[in-house]
Amino acid sequence: MLKRIWAVFRARNLEFVRDRGTLGWNVLLPFVLMIGLYFIFGDTSRPQYTVGVLQQADTVDETAHPFLATRYVRFVPLHDEDEAVRKVAHHELDLLLRLEPPAQYWVNPGSPKGYFVELALRETDPEGRIVKAEIEGEALRYVDWVLPGILGMNMMFSCLFGVGYVVVRYRKNGFLKRLRATPLTPLEFVLAQVASRFVLIIAITIAVFAGTAWLLDIRMEGSYWALLAVASLGAVCLIAMGLVVAARVTSEELAGGLLNLVTWPMMLLSGVWFPLEGASRWVIDLSKVFPLTWMLEAARAIMLDGAGLADVGVDLAVLTAMSAVFLVLGAAIFRWRPR
Amino acid sequence: MAIVLEARRLVKRYPGVLAVDGVSFAVAEGSCFGLLGPNGAGKTTTVEIIEGVTPATSGEVRYFGEPAGRRFREESGIQFQHTALQDFLTVRETLELFRSLYDRGADLDEIIDECSLGDLQHRDNRALSGGQRQRLLLAVALVNAPRLVFLDEPTTGLDPQARRNFWALVERIRERGTTVVLTTHYMEEAEILCDEIAIMDAGRIVAQGSPRSLLESHYPNVLIELPVEDVRDALGGIEHRVVEARGVVEIPTTDVNESLRQLASQVHGLNRLRIRQPNLEDLFLDLTGHSLRA
Repeated sequence: MLKRIWAVFRARNLEFVRDRGTLGWNVLLPFVLMIGLYFIFGDTSRPQYTVGVLQQADTVDETAHPFLATRYVRFVPLHDEDEAVRKVAHHELDLLLRLEPPAQYWVNPGSPKGYFVELALRETDPEGRIVKAEIEGEALRYVDWVLPGILGMNMMFSCLFGVGYVVVRYRKNGFLKRLRATPLTPLEFVLAQVASRFVLIIAITIAVFAGTAWLLDIRMEGSYWALLAVASLGAVCLIAMGLVVAARVTSEELAGGLLNLVTWPMMLLSGVWFPLEGASRWVIDLSKVFPLTWMLEAARAIMLDGAGLADVGVDLAVLTAMSAVFLVLGAAIFRWRPR
Repeated sequence: MAIVLEARRLVKRYPGVLAVDGVSFAVAEGSCFGLLGPNGAGKTTTVEIIEGVTPATSGEVRYFGEPAGRRFREESGIQFQHTALQDFLTVRETLELFRSLYDRGADLDEIIDECSLGDLQHRDNRALSGGQRQRLLLAVALVNAPRLVFLDEPTTGLDPQARRNFWALVERIRERGTTVVLTTHYMEEAEILCDEIAIMDAGRIVAQGSPRSLLESHYPNVLIELPVEDVRDALGGIEHRVVEARGVVEIPTTDVNESLRQLASQVHGLNRLRIRQPNLEDLFLDLTGHSLRA
């Protein structure tokens, strides 16, 4: 019995080791993930409070006021007053400060963290030269904030694996080769895959959204149609991205590795679980290459701030451009059969 | 008769391997053309080049005198040697899927009936036996009412009964005037189904013609067979060949009476002697030096 187990064990190991692509990703993925997480979350002196500083400059000068040297507070430079005040209302900022005349700070009386940061500010401004303004607003529930992220993540996995992985399986088992012998063109095949997954994932997302919204009384400030438009465009983009990954790969294990390599950074860096504000500049820049970032940004603007389609026009334009590039690239490099 | 398909100097080179080495042939409309050869001879690569699923290193494929293109795809049907179908589809749904990919389409009920799939049409295609699956793959190749059908080793792995049923099915397709290109390593299959064959070995065509004309041109004689152990060293002066794979000695002759007289004088015990006509397997052995099923 041991002889047979050994024979199968050895054969499977040889298969794994000789499939260079799979082996590479299995080693590389956790390594890259750990390095990435180290740089993103490696800062152990992570601030507990976040204060926005309205100013022109892109960096906050600690010497401009004693308050700006307070420890455990992260000072984020902001340029748009309306946007910054909205964040205070939603408890996304604990306090907003403007040192340029007329000096002023905004705080939400319903925010516990705002209360403590205000005490620290008062400590450094005993004469009360900085005028106080109170901003009313309910704290943004985490569940309201995270729902678009969860739905977006589900779409991402469904689109990328549901299309990418399946196409690789079709190629490996010869079904694509059989289709190649028909008048079907690569573009027709690709479009059919996109359409199929699109209908399925939108239906699933609508059902999950409706159920969650009913159960948890989810906040919805904007238009459902605008949200549907964003979700639709995002789904097309993610499906097309899956097709690019699957355009040539013939090993299911390699496809899995590649898809993980794409999905994990997106899950961590697209703002699924936590806001990226205050993250390192390079993290924010990197997040812009992921379609999920743009989709979530637009969805949250619609759901939480009541934005209209025009307000999220940049996000929609980027998603459209990415979709077009992925679709054309996927069809161009598509291969019906293993080389 | 019009030439449906013409392969011109097809070459397929893989790193370190010349899989197809200058193959040329033409297929007449309504005929059954067979590519015969052992595994690895280059048959499947040749037909896959023609079908357009494998790019040729060089050479040309013409369909009704024109480079094979969209019209060829539209009017040809293909049964691959190995292929998967979409999972979770029934037999009928599978046929509907493929018929939808063509501008022209055959009556599905007729095809289902012709391929004896009536009782299976609502069964998941993964739950079919080997013979049933081959019939479904042939039905898939027929959904566009093709003028030309490729059958790549269609009966490999089937039991003798299923194989004969499949041959009858191919004969019915031919009766409709459909041209058939068949690859096989079963000489019996080629002899029964094909009007013309090309014997391939090591990527090249080594002989081409109708089965009968090939045998007549190469064998004006018949073969006398005796088990090796009955003969031992008693064949001095008689032309013969030892076929180790079958454990027999073959004696080609054009004068059976004279050969038998000679054998009777030299060999004790001719009870197991057999006289037969040469077949394609013999031809292949003579042309290439190795067995057809090697």
